[in-house]
Amino acid sequence: MDFSWIFPYRDLILQGAFLTCLLLVISVTCGFGLAIFLAIAQVGKSPGARWLAKGYCTFFRGTPLLIQLWLIYYGLGTYLPYVPGLRTSFLWPILREGLFFAAFALTLNFAAYQGEILRGAMLAVPKVELEAARAVGMSPATILRRIWLPRAIRIGLPTFAGEVVLQLKATPIVFSVTVMDLYGAAYKIRQDTLLVYEPLLLVTLFYVGLTFLITRAFQKLENAVPTRR
Amino acid sequence: MNPPHSALDLLSIAPPGWGGVLLAGALATVLISSGAYLVGMLIGLFGALGKLSGFRPLQLLLNAYTTIIRAVPELILIVALYYAGTDGLNRILAWAGLGPIEINGLIAAIAVLGFVQGAYMTEVLRGAILAIPVGQLEAAKAFGMRPALRFRRIVLPGLIPNALPGFANLWMSVIKDSALIAVVGYQELALAARVAASNTKEYMVFFLAAAVLYLVITIVSNMLFAALEAYFRRGQRPVV
Repeated sequence: MDFSWIFPYRDLILQGAFLTCLLLVISVTCGFGLAIFLAIAQVGKSPGARWLAKGYCTFFRGTPLLIQLWLIYYGLGTYLPYVPGLRTSFLWPILREGLFFAAFALTLNFAAYQGEILRGAMLAVPKVELEAARAVGMSPATILRRIWLPRAIRIGLPTFAGEVVLQLKATPIVFSVTVMDLYGAAYKIRQDTLLVYEPLLLVTLFYVGLTFLITRAFQKLENAVPTRR
Repeated sequence: MNPPHSALDLLSIAPPGWGGVLLAGALATVLISSGAYLVGMLIGLFGALGKLSGFRPLQLLLNAYTTIIRAVPELILIVALYYAGTDGLNRILAWAGLGPIEINGLIAAIAVLGFVQGAYMTEVLRGAILAIPVGQLEAAKAFGMRPALRFRRIVLPGLIPNALPGFANLWMSVIKDSALIAVVGYQELALAARVAASNTKEYMVFFLAAAVLYLVITIVSNMLFAALEAYFRRGQRPVV
């Protein structure tokens, strides 16, 4: 075991760890927002929206994330320069980067899984609570905002921690679209120094540590939300 | 000669089109996944029995195995196991005085994914065995069945319906994880699509085609698992 490479590569490693965390935070927050719409569409009354959301979830849950990432990076990426005005706009430096496509693919993928969980959680909210809300004269939008969604999110909270950990474990594949996340850094170190196991070991320790922190944080969050049993 | 341009030309089975390459890749994906699934099931069965055996050192070892495999990202596991496996085997061969061998990519892929699946299978099967009503096992004991017979007649038929939902999830995840094998260079569906796409520069067509093929595999397997569960739950009282 030889760990002398850590010092010369420390900037690359730190930057990679930062990118991994950034991708996780972006995809979880944006994906969660999208998931709320997917869940509402699936339990709602409009058949068009229901089919659209169902199809979305089936596609993103039924195909590998790697294919989705490549489809978005290479497929969508080749069409973006042809959108008129986009190349000269201020958004271009962001839209050109692999990081943007990686975050986009991870977000869409996370939303599909989380949308299914939220759908189940929304169906698990006791009917009487919704009826009580209707009885006191709340409009459907208010019921959704004040009762249905908050209760559903609380019910789905224990599974949420697991989903975030799964999402963290999905991030290293972004190295295949030239994003220098922590795994990408380890890959480069392997190419430079011909050390196979040591960089992987460091990356593994990082992921295991982060997983531990995420589960602890969610335990705290769960305890902080009051429930009546 | 003009290169083929329309999507249908590109996806035709015969050689200027890449359809045949994609289908061969899909076959490789199903082969790798089924192989890894069976290997994982075997590891899982012994793992679950080992965890429930009450033999302390074995329990500690199996707990370390399942915890580590489930905590580390699949991609890292696949890369690490792939290199460690081939490297380790060749070191053993060198130590035994034999020359290094080139390991078959298919077998390496199955072994690596199977080892990962085994950890998840262990947990699914452990839960399924624990969910068998204790009374059934006690009744079998009271009838004087030996452990082997009890396992075959009571435990095995009892755990299958309990384990099926977990099995279905694991099958979906091994199909999707098998795409990661592309990263270590074995040509299955994901890599076949990538090769076809980078040769023709028609990325959208080929990655969409690959996505559709994966979708067909997962949707058909979903239907199969639903039918299997209905079969194995025959005679059980419906819950609702």
